[in-house]
Amino acid sequence: MNRVEGRDKVTGRARYAFEYPAEDVAYVHPVQAAVTRGRILSVDATDALATPGVLAVLSCAEPPALGSREDAELALFQSDQVAYRGQLVAAVVARAPETAREAAEHGVRIGYDAEPHDVLLRADHPGLYTPEKVNPGMPAETRRGDVEAGFAEAAVTVDATYTTPTLHNNPMEPHATMAVWEENGDLTLYDSTQGAADDRDTIAEVLGLPPERVRVVAPHVGGGFGSKGTTRPNAILAALAARAAGRPVKLALTRQQMYDLTGYRTPTIQRVRLGADAEGRLTAISHEAVEQSSTLMEFAEQTAAPTRVMYAAPNRRTTHRLVRLDVPTPSWMRAPGECPGMFALESAMDELAVAAGIDPIELRIRNEPDVDPENDLPFSSRNLVACLREGARRFGWEGRDPRPGIRLDGRWLIGTGVAASTYPSRRMASTADATVEDGDFVIRIAAADIGTGARTVLTRIAAETLGTAPERVRVEVGDSALPRASLAGGSMGTASWGSAVVRACEALLKNGERGTADTTEDVEGDTGFSRHAFGAQFAEVRVDLDTGEVRVPRLLGVFAAGRILEPKLARSQFVGGMTMGMGMALMEQTIVDERDGGFLNHDLAQYHVAACADVQDIDAVWIEEEDPHLNPMGAKGVGEIGIVGTAAAVANAVHHATGRRVRDLPITPPKLVG
Amino acid sequence: MKLFEYARAADAREALERFRPGTMYLGGGTNLVDLMRLGVARPDFLVDVTRLPYDTIDADGDGLRIGAAVRNSDLAAHPAVRERYPMLARAVLSGASGQVRNMATTAGNLLQRTRCPYFQDVSRPCNKRRPASGCPAIPGDHENLAILGHSEQCVATHPSDMAVALAALGAQVHVTGPASDRVVPIPGLHRLPGAEPERDTVLTPGELITAITLPPPPPGRSHYRKVRERASFAFALVSVAAVLDVDEASDTVRDCRIALGGVAHVPWRAERAEAALRGAPATEEEFVRAAEAELAEARPLPRNAYKVPLARNLIVRTLQELIP
Amino acid sequence: MAEMTLRVNGSVRELDVDPRTSLLDLLRERLGLTGTKKGCDHGQCGACTVLLDGRRANACLALAVACDGSEVTTVEGLGGAADGDEPHPLQTAFVERDAFQCGYCTPGQLCSAAGMLAERGPSAVTADLTDDPPLTPEEIRERMSGNLCRCGAYVNIVAAIQEAAR
Ligand SMILES: Cc1cc2nc3c(=O)[nH]c(=O)nc-3n(C[C@H](O)[C@H](O)[C@H](O)COP(=O)(O)OP(=O)(O)OC[C@H]3O[C@@H](n4cnc5c(N)ncnc54)[C@H](O)[C@@H]3O)c2cc1C
Ligand code: SF4
Ligand code: FES
Ligand code: FES
Repeated sequence: MNRVEGRDKVTGRARYAFEYPAEDVAYVHPVQAAVTRGRILSVDATDALATPGVLAVLSCAEPPALGSREDAELALFQSDQVAYRGQLVAAVVARAPETAREAAEHGVRIGYDAEPHDVLLRADHPGLYTPEKVNPGMPAETRRGDVEAGFAEAAVTVDATYTTPTLHNNPMEPHATMAVWEENGDLTLYDSTQGAADDRDTIAEVLGLPPERVRVVAPHVGGGFGSKGTTRPNAILAALAARAAGRPVKLALTRQQMYDLTGYRTPTIQRVRLGADAEGRLTAISHEAVEQSSTLMEFAEQTAAPTRVMYAAPNRRTTHRLVRLDVPTPSWMRAPGECPGMFALESAMDELAVAAGIDPIELRIRNEPDVDPENDLPFSSRNLVACLREGARRFGWEGRDPRPGIRLDGRWLIGTGVAASTYPSRRMASTADATVEDGDFVIRIAAADIGTGARTVLTRIAAETLGTAPERVRVEVGDSALPRASLAGGSMGTASWGSAVVRACEALLKNGERGTADTTEDVEGDTGFSRHAFGAQFAEVRVDLDTGEVRVPRLLGVFAAGRILEPKLARSQFVGGMTMGMGMALMEQTIVDERDGGFLNHDLAQYHVAACADVQDIDAVWIEEEDPHLNPMGAKGVGEIGIVGTAAAVANAVHHATGRRVRDLPITPPKLVG
Repeated sequence: MKLFEYARAADAREALERFRPGTMYLGGGTNLVDLMRLGVARPDFLVDVTRLPYDTIDADGDGLRIGAAVRNSDLAAHPAVRERYPMLARAVLSGASGQVRNMATTAGNLLQRTRCPYFQDVSRPCNKRRPASGCPAIPGDHENLAILGHSEQCVATHPSDMAVALAALGAQVHVTGPASDRVVPIPGLHRLPGAEPERDTVLTPGELITAITLPPPPPGRSHYRKVRERASFAFALVSVAAVLDVDEASDTVRDCRIALGGVAHVPWRAERAEAALRGAPATEEEFVRAAEAELAEARPLPRNAYKVPLARNLIVRTLQELIP
Repeated sequence: MAEMTLRVNGSVRELDVDPRTSLLDLLRERLGLTGTKKGCDHGQCGACTVLLDGRRANACLALAVACDGSEVTTVEGLGGAADGDEPHPLQTAFVERDAFQCGYCTPGQLCSAAGMLAERGPSAVTADLTDDPPLTPEEIRERMSGNLCRCGAYVNIVAAIQEAAR
């Protein structure tokens, strides 16, 4: 099925947050902290205020009244303390965007008392501690058996440290908001968000308004990849600026500002130790992750979490330690935890395969667990082995010579690599409403379509449940005025919203006119099984002998993600994730100034995401998977698993091509040339 | 962006007449508007020079005359450039994107400023942007900055690909100015940072580039090769423009031209390597020796030492591929 | 303020603009043509690609005043009909091939592809510079690299362009 909003998107009719028309609209431009840590002593906005067209200046000199300061990233202008370089410290509202920006950059002088700061993540940082929980509410440490004993009895061991850099989501649509205060004091926000309902609640709380006085509208969102999953300061700033200026205000963060203000993936330092007997059966697994958060808030990413479900081993341990630095708070980025964690684990598995002289696919098959290896729960379904086998067949793995560095085509070294993927299959409670209007079915749910195809897949789900054609179903999403739904995140969208849509449609069929659903109880019953999607990724790489340039002529993913509801869209999700994963492997990194913690390459010319020329043959297929323990559709999420494992598959292929093991992403020419 | 006045000049005289302190010439704007938006450039007046009658390529005679306002994409697509100066076409095509090349002009390309991250961020010190404020790149991030010819004041690189090919070809830049007209060769237009990193070139305020002329194509085969972090739409880590003329009877190098990009504040003409190769056997060993002769004076910083082997390999490999 | 004339999607507009205003902001904020997107404002993403006097260009790097007298085609005018109801073959192919996800890079991809298909001459990956090469996937990928897609729809974008070019 083609995307139902496809026509709107290719004609330019689809409106994103910044694009709603409004009378007499003004623009706000942020001012960012020039010091890394310290106190604001003075704010002199004389020049800005004297500029024709400037309507207001906001800063901690006159803290606006807020309802809650709990989320320190959103409690704008409440404190004179600077917690990181680039923090939002003031803003200028003006009639024209050019005026607002010029006045913000040159008309506001801020005096600081700079304090010593600490911005660098190190594995031996004295401030490291174990958080109480890691996202989303999981234990920070798990242990089983005796890991040291497991290593002692191992015939082969791997003990390696892998690092991943700071990464930025960089959705193509900048984080943008238009705020409109209605005459009755209600607030409407056109906001680029992954969840209109949660966004509305957060904004209402921060501003001290009852939620029903706030409406968030977001029918089209230009990507988020997690960074629009939580309310960002742009939404609060637009609302405050609109109040101060007495008119609608628009704000789109500049690409540069996005780096500081919209979250990022924490850098990680991961030590993985594996022990195996002579046949490659794991005797012990240990995965220790070190990451950062800000001084403002704890954000504890679940980096080692995938290691808890991947392989059988009697002795096992995962740990997470965190250090609070003078940096912005990290946030969600596509497959938070799983993505960097599986780079480490799956690289280590490849190292073990090499050390043990066992084919890497066979090694994984030998360590396939019968039940969840940490909690002994049965898997609702688990088809990693089938993915590996199917992938091996399609990719032409059989007969692969494992020796590294021996295949040369002209000046290119060639290699292939494999890695596994996994992602949890969860869902959250949602509500939905199904009615018949003018003979057509209308489904209303505050879901979000950030490019995942939610609108389309929900149309399909509703049509199937109702036994009608998709053309007769209209799905309305992206508005907090619609029945409350969970956000687009954690690959839970389709499972969560689809469950509610199915129930609402069933209710409609029963009573003929209207059906509503609330899946709170269904979701509470989601116990008793370990629910995860699995996959296998295969990469072929070419590495230039002279320059260390890496090209990826082939990338194949085979996934087992429950029932695939909408093949065309699911494939786009998988391939999109793999494309991002390839970028992570080869080029993505945010460069941090080691002295002040600021992000240096904060644009799209210096922070490289994969371009069209980098992508040759990327394909994704899946195996049919029946899983009755998930949700009415039998579907697992497809949005994130595609990025999990890609970087390891590429890194493993680079090792196969060159004999060089790069444990520090990304794998750029400087790391291979020599 | 500071408020400025905009005027479109019809000819060079008008452009020069309109020039006063605070004026900048506007070509395609792909670098200048970028820098104005960042606050790095804050002109009071913009004189648009894209409508000057310098938008043609003249291929009469042995050489080539390229108007200053010729767009990069037109330059690369011109039959004479493709046939006689393929290295130049390749260099231009390896830069930026189809859209940017449609906008960018020949003069603007030569005068584009460094992509040093600190230079582009006005919240930070930078000797090039604000003289005597310091160079944070030296103790900080300089992974993509210079290994040759830099100073303690600045380690920036010149980002143009086109200029590297022009340096190898020995192009001449035609300049008209308030006082007089002059011709500046490449290399020679761009300068090393020394104690004045704020000056990228030898041009003086108000001087206007009108054209670039190329001598007849040097004999031999030529190539431009660029190494970057992604397959397209990225600046060079290191690039090389090379022309090799081999006497096939004796397998010796009759002549060669080598220029490097991404290694210095200027498109770097590798004269030592060239000298080492003239008359030498056209063999890999000699190429290595020549490359190492050139790079002997490299002074890499802690994080860009990789550029030395990268430049060496690139020179050697490119020359190897040019052996008939 | 400066006076200027612009022909946008076939109709002539007389405008008074702040010289600092980019062509992109002029289209989006003044003319209500929000189909053209802003992803970076620095020529680095291609979301703002329009056809300027028939050639693809980054509207974010063009000063509006410098476009005085020019003709601009945006995604809204790509199909020819003013209401956008006559889709360009590229638009149809993009929908059929699922060549986008969030859709934010899409107008830029479409305008860029339209401009690219009209271009002659070699690219950085063309082996023989003296020929105008056939439009292989490799050529399309290189020529479309000025348009980033963070959703990673490149595989389908290339397929859609190939299909539309047939
Ligand atoms: C995203 C991006 C990627 C890029 N990647 C590359 C790359 O990989 N390789 C590469 O080489 N380049 C690259 N570029 C740079 C691009 O090539 C330059 O921006 C462009 O060539 C500048 O030309 P312009 O006409 O737009 O110059 P403008 O921006 O108009 O001007 C640049 C400078 O030249 C001056 N000037 C212009 N014309 C004249 C004249 N006639 N006489 C005197 N002074 C003049 C201006 O005053 C200004 O100082 C990239 C640019 C962008 C935005
Ligand atoms: S290297 Fe040059 S351009 Fe970069 S910060 Fe130092 S002085 Fe500025
Ligand atoms: S917005 Fe113009 S290229 Fe990104
Ligand atoms: S479709 Fe989302 S960025 Fe291309």
